[in-house]
Amino acid sequence: MRQLLYSKRLAPYLFILPFLVTLAVFWVVPLSRSFVMSTQEVLYGQATFIGLANYERLWGDRIFWQALFNSVRYMVLTLVLLIPIPLALAALVNSSIGSARIKGFFKASMFVPALTSVVVAGIVFRLIFAESDSAMMNQVAEFFGFGPVRWLRGDLTGLAALLAIALWRWTGVNMMYFLAGMQAIPSEYYEAASIDGAGKVRQFFHITLPNLRPTIVYVVTISVYGGLAMFLESFMLYAGNNSPNNQGLTVVGYLYRKGIEENDLGFASAVGVVLLVLVMAINVSYLTASGTFKKEAA
Amino acid sequence: MTRLRTVTSTLVAALAVTALTACGGGEPEAPAKNADGSTTLDMWTFADVHAAYYEEMAEKWNEANPDQEIKLEVTVYPYQDMHNKLQLAVNSGEGLPDVVDIEVNKFANFVKGENPPLMDLTEAAAPYADDVVQARLDLYSKDGTVYGFPTHVGAFTSFYNTELLEDAGIDYTTIKTWDDFQEAGEKYNKETGKAFGVASTGVFFLEPLITAQLGGQYIGDDGTVQVNSPEVVETLTMLQEMQDAGAISTIPGGSPDSEEAYGAINDGDYAAIVYPAWYTSRFVDYMPDLEGKVAIAPAPVVEGAEVQTIGGGGTGAAVPVVSPNKELAADWLAFAKLSPEANVAVWEVLGFDPVNMAVWEDEEVTKNPENKFNKYFQTNMFDVLNEVKDGIGHLDSFTDPSWPTVDDTFRTVTLNEIYENGTPAQEALDQAQADLQNQLGQ
Repeated sequence: MRQLLYSKRLAPYLFILPFLVTLAVFWVVPLSRSFVMSTQEVLYGQATFIGLANYERLWGDRIFWQALFNSVRYMVLTLVLLIPIPLALAALVNSSIGSARIKGFFKASMFVPALTSVVVAGIVFRLIFAESDSAMMNQVAEFFGFGPVRWLRGDLTGLAALLAIALWRWTGVNMMYFLAGMQAIPSEYYEAASIDGAGKVRQFFHITLPNLRPTIVYVVTISVYGGLAMFLESFMLYAGNNSPNNQGLTVVGYLYRKGIEENDLGFASAVGVVLLVLVMAINVSYLTASGTFKKEAA
Repeated sequence: MTRLRTVTSTLVAALAVTALTACGGGEPEAPAKNADGSTTLDMWTFADVHAAYYEEMAEKWNEANPDQEIKLEVTVYPYQDMHNKLQLAVNSGEGLPDVVDIEVNKFANFVKGENPPLMDLTEAAAPYADDVVQARLDLYSKDGTVYGFPTHVGAFTSFYNTELLEDAGIDYTTIKTWDDFQEAGEKYNKETGKAFGVASTGVFFLEPLITAQLGGQYIGDDGTVQVNSPEVVETLTMLQEMQDAGAISTIPGGSPDSEEAYGAINDGDYAAIVYPAWYTSRFVDYMPDLEGKVAIAPAPVVEGAEVQTIGGGGTGAAVPVVSPNKELAADWLAFAKLSPEANVAVWEVLGFDPVNMAVWEDEEVTKNPENKFNKYFQTNMFDVLNEVKDGIGHLDSFTDPSWPTVDDTFRTVTLNEIYENGTPAQEALDQAQADLQNQLGQ
C-alpha cells in the first residue's frame, strides 16, 4: 500500500479512481443503456429491438418539437437575462461604491434563493401568478392599470413567470461566479489603466471583460445545459406536467411524460438521446469557438 | 504498466460486481408473519378518504377471519406521484406494496405487454362476480383476465342547485335531454348573468359520456385512435354550441373536482354539475353551504340514446405479482371491494355508488335517514340510479392501452383549444388525431 501511494506512476490513478468509478457506474452505464433502449420497445420484462422507429416517431411528433421550441426559447432568454444582469451587479459590488457592510448583505441576500428548494419556490410563484385578482402579480398589474391577467393560461405570460423564477433563483449564483472572477484580476492592471487616463467604463470593457472570459465561458456553458434541461420549475409552476396547450412543456418534461407517466421508456430514451446530442453540439461548438480546447499559450 | 492495469482493472471489476449484485434482487420473498400471527400488508393509495375506508375493511376482515389476521399499513401519496412511483417500482420489480390503488386513466399503463406486473385476480373475484356491475370489472380486465377491483360505478348524474334554479324560474325535473339542458342553461344565463353548467378543461369526463350516448368511440376495435370520428365531432360541436349559448362555462381550477371549483360552486357561481355519482362526497365534504339545496337527477341524454349513462372515473385496486403475500392480499381485497358488506361501507363511508348492485335494492341501507348523504341531498341517489340502471353502458375506449395517452392529449391540449381558445371542434379534433397517431406510432 505504501509503495502504491508513493509510486509516482500509480498514485495519480488511485486518486482519480473514485471519480472514474462514479462516472462509469452512474454515467457511462446508464448512458449506454439509454442508447440501447432508444432502439427498443420496452415493456415489463421484455424489450424488442425496433431499430430507429422511436426516432422516426420523434421526428414527426408535433409535441416534441413544441417542447424543444419551449426549451430553446427558455435557454436563449435565460442567457440574455442571466449573463448581463449578474455581470453588472458583480461590477457594482466589486467597485468602491457603497459600504462593505451593505454590499455583504446584498451579496448574501442575492444568494439565498439558490439555497431554497425549487419545489417550494415553484409553489410560491404559482400563488404569486395565480388567476384570482387578489394574487400578488395581479395586484401589481392593477396598480399599473391593467389586469387581472390569467398569467399561467397565456403562453407569453407563462413564460414570463418561468423567467421570473430563473432570474430570482440564479442571479445571485451567476453574480458570485463573476465576482470571484473579478477579484482574481490583478489590481495593477487597473492602476496602469487609470494612470494612462482610462475611465471606469473603459476599464470595465478593456480589462474586466477580457480577463473574465474563462468565467463567462463557464457560466454560458452551464446555462445552456441548465436552460435546455429545465424541468422542475415548470413542473412546480403548473402543478404537474400538463400545462394548458403544453405551453410549459420542456424536453425533459416530455421525456418524463413519455417514460414515467405513459410507460413508453424506449421512446423516452430517444428523447433523452436527442437532448444529449443537442446540448453537446451547442456546447462543444461554443467551447471550440471560444478557444477553450486550445492549449494555453506559454 | 502491466501492474497498473492489473490493479485498476481488479478494483473496477470488484466495484462492478458489487454494483451488479446490488441490482440483482427482485425475487419474491417468502411470506413473513408478524409475532402475533398477523401478516403486514403494505398499501398505496392517492386519496385520504380511501385510506380510511380500507382501514375499516381491514378491521372487518380481522373480525371475520381471526386465523388470517392482517395488519394494513396504508400510505397516501399525491395522485401523480403515486402513479409515477408505482411505474418506476414495477419496471424495476423493487419496493412494491402488497396492494395498490390505480386510477382508471392510468390503469392501462400497468397491463401493457405479455407479462403485466399485476396479479390475475379473476379467481378471487369469482364468488362475487354475479352481483357486481360487469362493465366495471371489464374496466380493469384485459383479455378476460381481471387485474383490478373497482370501487364504484361512478354513473353520471346531474346535481342541480334548486334554490338558484327556482329563482330563475327553472324546474330541473323537466331537463331530460341535452337540448333541454341547453335551453335551461340559456334561460338561466340570461336571467342571472351567471354560469349554469361546467365545461371542464382539466378532466375528460363529460365528452366520453355524450359520445357513448351517441354510440361512438374514441378508439376503434382494432386499437387505432379515431378521435375525429363523426360522433366525437358531434359531441364536441354540441358542447361548444352550449358554451357559446351560455349554458356551460369554464370553471376556476379547470374542473368541478378542484379546490378552486369547490369554492365557486359553494358560492352559487354554477347551478348544474353533471358529474359521476361519487361527486356526492365532494358536496358533503367541501360545500357545506349548499346542504339541503341540491337535488340529484339522471344525467341528460341524447334523444333516443340506448346508453343513458356510463361510469366516469374510478380506481382499480390491484396486487403486484411480486408481492410475497399476494394470495392473502387478493382474498382480502376481494372482500374489501366486492363483498356486500364492503359495498354498504362504500356508500356509508365514501358516498359512492357501489358496484355490488344487491346494495342498490336494500332500502334499509339506501334510505337510511341518518345517512349524511341522504341528509344533504333533496333526492335519494339510489332512486336516480335505479331509474337509469338498465341504461348503464360502458365505453370500450376506456380499457384500451392507448387511453392514457388520449386522455392526456385531451386534458392538456384539445379541451383547452376548444373551450378556452374557441378553436372549432373539427379543427381541434383533427389536430388531436394527427398528434395521437404519431405519438402512438399508428
